[in-house]
Order: sequence, then structure tokens, then C-alpha cells
Amino acid sequence: MTVGGIGKHGIRFGGSKHFRQVIGTLGIIALSLFGDSVLANPKPGQLNLTPGVTTYSDIPYVLNNVALGVCVVIGILVFGAMFIAMFRFRKSRGAVAEKWSHNTAVEIVWTTIPVIILISLAWLATDGLRKFSDTTGAQMTVKVTGYQWKWRYDYVDYLGKPVSHVDFMSKLDDRSNATRQLNSGLDPYAVKVGDDNTYLLDVDHPLVVPVDTKIRFVITAEDVIHSWFVPALGWKMDAIPGVVNATWTNIKEPGVYRGQCAELCGQDHGFMPIVVKAVSKEDFAKWLADQQKPASPVPAPASTAAAPAQTTAQLPSKPNTQG
Amino acid sequence: MAHAATHDEHHDEHHEHLNFFQRWVMSTNHKDIGTLYLVFSLLMFFIGGSFAMIIRAELFKPGMQLVQPYFFNEMTTMHALVMIFGAVMPAFVGLGNWMIPLMVGAPDMALPRMNNLSFWILPFAFALLLSTLFLPGGGPAGGWTMYPPLSLESESTAYVVFAIHLMGISSIMGAINIIATILNMRAPGMDLLKMPVFVWSWLITAFLLIAVMPVLAGAVTMLLTDKYFDTHFFDAAGGGDPVLFQHVFWFFGHPEVYIMILPAFGIISEIIPTFARKPIFGYKAMVFAIASIAFLSFIVWAHHMFAVGLPLGAEIFFMYATMLIAVPTGVKVFNWVGTMWGGSMTFETPMLFAVAFVILFTIGGFSGLMLALVPADFQYHDTYFVVAHFHYVLVTGAIFAIIAATYYWIPKWTGNMYSEFWGKVHFWNSVVWVNVLFFPQHFLGLAGMPRRIPDYNVAFANFNMISSIGGFLFGASQLIFLGVVIHCVWFSKKKATDRVWEGARGLEWTLSSPPPHHSFTIAPVIHDEELAHGHVED
Repeated sequence: MTVGGIGKHGIRFGGSKHFRQVIGTLGIIALSLFGDSVLANPKPGQLNLTPGVTTYSDIPYVLNNVALGVCVVIGILVFGAMFIAMFRFRKSRGAVAEKWSHNTAVEIVWTTIPVIILISLAWLATDGLRKFSDTTGAQMTVKVTGYQWKWRYDYVDYLGKPVSHVDFMSKLDDRSNATRQLNSGLDPYAVKVGDDNTYLLDVDHPLVVPVDTKIRFVITAEDVIHSWFVPALGWKMDAIPGVVNATWTNIKEPGVYRGQCAELCGQDHGFMPIVVKAVSKEDFAKWLADQQKPASPVPAPASTAAAPAQTTAQLPSKPNTQG
Repeated sequence: MAHAATHDEHHDEHHEHLNFFQRWVMSTNHKDIGTLYLVFSLLMFFIGGSFAMIIRAELFKPGMQLVQPYFFNEMTTMHALVMIFGAVMPAFVGLGNWMIPLMVGAPDMALPRMNNLSFWILPFAFALLLSTLFLPGGGPAGGWTMYPPLSLESESTAYVVFAIHLMGISSIMGAINIIATILNMRAPGMDLLKMPVFVWSWLITAFLLIAVMPVLAGAVTMLLTDKYFDTHFFDAAGGGDPVLFQHVFWFFGHPEVYIMILPAFGIISEIIPTFARKPIFGYKAMVFAIASIAFLSFIVWAHHMFAVGLPLGAEIFFMYATMLIAVPTGVKVFNWVGTMWGGSMTFETPMLFAVAFVILFTIGGFSGLMLALVPADFQYHDTYFVVAHFHYVLVTGAIFAIIAATYYWIPKWTGNMYSEFWGKVHFWNSVVWVNVLFFPQHFLGLAGMPRRIPDYNVAFANFNMISSIGGFLFGASQLIFLGVVIHCVWFSKKKATDRVWEGARGLEWTLSSPPPHHSFTIAPVIHDEELAHGHVED
């Protein structure tokens, strides 16, 4: 689960070459500050956003790093000036107060410079936003529905063909659910799949999607407002009853990507995770065919049903075990 | 209590003969009502704080150890409602009540009986709100933002809505009173552009309150009718729209955010010049910056809703408008630094809190700027990054300013000096632990931990534990504050001078400490050099 070179993040953005270099540099600074931040799922001690794994997800990542860099520089200048003032202009050092109380030139400068910085940031953000809002050209559609407190996934179409009868509920895995009960006596640290702790971040039936495919999500809810949030995809989108929101992703690497409901939706809001399993196109085609077999009466992923909770575990390295 | 020499107003009561009930419950005196507001606010601060302690205790480590998830949600909801409407807003109204008449040279507030009513509504409003915790069905658990349909699942909707109506009526009456006082009762020569920045900030805040509290009242009334009278304002099945509530709520909610910070700007603009012994830098720019922030607050509401699926044009508009707020806010921060530059500074407790305010509020402003960038907000939204952001602007912003104001003016209020040693102990504990409490929450949010969850994956464990430790110690530090205040009011032997602080300027410092029960019964003569910014050359 790595994302290639750092410079690449900057270059993705349109605009002048010089600006791209600035962005690239800031990206490198931010990365070096935060060390190994190339992560798809939360890691202990993680300090920065994930760069994500999709064709879009580096946009918020780079924007975050640039904005953070700008804020750090401004902070150093302003707080630096404050600390110099607090050191130099102390009464105990014999400082005598000046009488002046404004300086038009300085005021114009410190009004104008922030405006220029803001325009640059706004330009960057607008560029990213336009990319985000373009849901056209999707090769696949998945309908996501939020319920208290689980998700339902309906596969609507794939490669221009309608998909029928592939839909299932996805809820917190049994081990996490047993562990999270009040005073269960079970150890959250023991809820592991392979080496990864999946406490509250695993489900019985993950959403299985192909990589290198533009997937359109239509997101809604049945009861109250939820929000579908997988950090590695780079966005969240509210699931609102009576409203259908559209968004998209295009995952570059096979893997298991975990997220959670991000809008307070009642008592078990903290217990309705999201797991997206990205597999190769071939594996996905096979998986989809399996799901559509009339032989499987339960409209749930047959193989995962056999070994709930554990299944997702085996996948990060070998996503094609699903066959 | 010292008495004014003259009573030329027709007060039926003679306060020297008042019993406790008459003095405090029937009071029409701006100072007594100001004190009531401040005491009430302190009480709510500790109640709201105890809810926060429960939240941090449950989040101390992964796994559910203490409370059920539903109770956890009640705690997050009540913590916010109590802190916003019970602690921060009444504290500012209390400070305004106490100080505005003194600062503009008025004998009292313009509408003293309404002043009494607007305070005494509050205890009933909060009794109603807090009582829901003891009722079958429990308290509100849908978040202080009360988004439907979730908030309508609660059994306590009617209690919460009526409590909010009462708080809103109280706020509107308080705001009317402040506007009437400032516009009509200034001493001759106290021109609008000679008023202390604190008075300006309250004048603008009062207009915000009048503009938006009715909007909140409307929004919650629609919740009420949706739940009990079969309307469908927010019910998609009946042709309504859950997102409509969010638009209406945040049209109130964003100005509300500034209602909680503009008076803080005013307080800091009083304290820094006093301890830098130098007039405020760019007085007019400060006033205009507050006014433009107030204006912008009406056109940025949907930045709380970037993830609801707004059309592209709306996202871009609200992003640009939100980013624009950074300009006047930046001007304010730069002007505070400009005030300090070339001054002759000392660092008594109020100044320490003011300096911490400038730095930590600015950090909250930085994360605010990052949140304004829509694509980044799609990641930050509803995570702990947002929690860190608004606690930096509300705790180290609004509450630090309220604490600074208390240390700054309490010698004037009581005639006694507080303990500078214990004030500094309180400051250093607060400033260290508040950062231990909230700074790691930025990292939690960036790593993807959603807000309002009672339990979390072990990846979030280390920073949550650090945050909780900071939380417990920050909470405990506030007991020092309580001790300092109690000591100052009843036990301090050190008398305050009239001026209190060497660099203090403004009419309030020309009165005795404590000031007479009725101050400025004869309008004072204004000497420009007496005003905090009286040295302005233009």
C-alpha cells in the first residue's frame, strides 16, 4: 500500500510550472515532517492525512500539506514577532512605551499579503473541487444506503450492463461487536486480522470493487443522516434520507480500505464501519458472477459469509483469494 | 458595598436595607445582574465541564468501560448546549452588563427591569434542559446541532426546544438592552468612535444576536411541529427536506460562532493596550474588522455543510466567502502584535491569558482556514480535526478571554486584588494542559477518527489517552480559578486602587474600586487622554 514518488503529488495539479514546484516542495516538507505518512488505514501515532489510494485522493492530501505549510510559515512570522516584542519591549528591561498607534503602510501590507495567499489557496482548492464534482464517465455504479446502524450496498451497473440481485447489508463484525459491549472484559487489542488491529473497523460483508475503474456512488439513507467516509478514498459524503448524493472514486491499488460513519446517527454511530475491498478487475468479474448465480439464495457474498469477519483479513496482500 | 452619594433616580428600594432575596432576585442594578450572570456562567462552566470529563474518561482507552453509547451521546450534546448557551454566552452578557455602563459613562443599563428578566429566565431554561437527564427517555442525544431526523427520535425534544426558546428570549432581551444602552446612554463626548473596543464588539454582537436568535427559534419550532403536530418541514417522506434544517440552523449557527468570539476580541483589545502601556494599534481598523467579520458571518453558513452534497457553485461560493474572513481576522491579530510592539510590557495574569489567547486563537484560525478548503474539508469534516479546531477557538479563544477579563476587572468589581501567584499557577496549568488536551486531537482527526464516537480503533489509542490526561488536568486547573475568585471576593486583604493597573485607561478606572452602587449618576466629563485609545492622532 504505497503511493509512488512524492513529487508526483504536486505534478498532478494543473497550472504553472513554478507553482507546481512550490507545491511539490511544500509536499516534501510536509512529508519529511510527518515521516511515513503513506498509509491507507489509520496507524498508531499517525500525524497527517493519508495520501489515499485513488486518482483523486492526493488532492486533499496535497492541499492539506500546502495549507499547513502556509499556516506554519505565517505562524512562525507572527508568533516570532510576538515573542520578540515580549522579550524586547518589557518594562523590566526599561522599555518605554511608544506613542504611535497606527501605520498605514504596514496595515496595507498585512491586509494585501493574506489576500494574495488566500487567492492561491482558493485557486488550488477550486481546481481540486472541480475534479471531485465530475461524476461523469463512470464504468460502474454502486448505491450506498445508510441504516441505523449498518450499510447496504446495491450493485447497479458494471461496464455498461445492469447488475441485478447483487445487494447486501454490511455491519460491524461479530468480534468487534462482542468486544465493544460495556464491560465486555474482551480486549480491543486482540481484535486482529493478520497483523492489523481491526477493532470497530471491520464488517461482515465488505464492499467489493474493482481497481482502475471509475466507480460512481449514489448515496442515500433510509432513517437518519449518515455519512460514508473512507479516508483512503479522500472524501466523505452524507447519506441523507430523501436525498441521493452522487460521487465517485477510482482506486489505483488492490487492498482493504477502512472507514466509519462520520455523521452522528444515534447510539451505535461509532459502530457502523465501512470496509472497501479493492480487487483486480478479473477477480471482481469472477466475484460478481458468483454473486449473480441463482444458486446462492442469500444475496450476500457467499464466500465471505462462510467465514465472516476473518475474510477481509486475508485480503490486503492477496486480494484474489475470493475467487 | 459602597454607595453612591446621590439617588436621583426613582428607585423604590433602598439597597442598604435590601435582604438577600430583594438584592439578588429583584435586582435592577447592572452590576448585581452582571454578577448573577457571571456566577451562573461559572456554575454552568463546571456542569458542562463535568460532562466533558465523562466524555474524556470514556475515551481514555479503547473499549467501553464507563457509560452506554446513548449516554455518551447525551453527554456530548449536553456538554455543547451547556457550554455554549450556559457558560460562554452568559459570561459575555455578564461582562457586558458590568462593564458597558461603566465604560460609556452611563448610570445603569437602559432597561433595568428587562435586564432582571433576561437573567432570571436562564436558570429556568437550564433547569428545563438539565432535567431531561433525569427523565425516562433521557436527554437530547442527537448533537447540539439537533439535525433531524435523528433529533426527532429523542423523547426530550419538547423540553429542549422550550429551553432554547427561553435562552433565545433571554439573549434577545439582553441584546436589546445593550444596544439601547450603548446608543442612548453614552456620556456626552463619548462619541461612537471613541468607545472602547469591547463596547464596540458588544454593540455588533448584540445586532448579530437579534438577527439570528429568532432564526434558531424558528428552526427548533419546526422540529417541534414535525415531532408533535404532524408537519413535514424536514421529513422527506412528507415532501420536506432534512437539509433545509441544516441551512436554517447554520444561518443561525455561524453568526452564533462569532457571537461567542467578537466580545472576546473586545476584551483582548482592552487588556493588551493596558499591559503594553500603549494605545491599541489601528483602533478604527479593529472596529471595522469586527464589523466586517460580523457581516461575513451571514454568508458563510454552508461551510458547515460541505459534505451534504451541495452543488459545485455553492461549494465554491461558500469556500471563497469563508476564506475571506481570514483577512479581517488576520488584521486583528496583526494589530494586537502591533500594539505589543514598542510597548512597555508587564505580564500579570490577565495579560498572560491575553497573549495565550492571541497565539492559540490564531492556531484555531489556521485550522479554520484549512477547513475552508472544500476538498480538504471532505477529509476533515466531522472528524476530531474539527473538534480540535473549534475547541481552540472556543476554549483557548472565548473562555481564555472570559478568564482574562475576570482577572482584569475583578479588582474593580470587588475592590480586592486577587492572588497574582495563584493566578499565574492557574494560567500555566491551563495553558499547558489545554494544549495537551486539544492539540493531539488534530492528529486523531487527520488519521480519520470521526467525532461523537464513544469508542475507537486502537490506532487512535495513544493520542486519545494523552488528550484525556490533558482534559482531566485542564479541568482540575479550573478549580484553582474557582479558588482564586473565592479568595479575591471574600478573603483577600489586599485592596485594589481605583486605577488597578498602571496602564489602564478608560472611564471604568476613574471610579472607585468597587464602584458605587449607582455609578455616573452625573455624566462624567470625557478627557480624550483618559480613553484607552485616546492618543489616536487622527
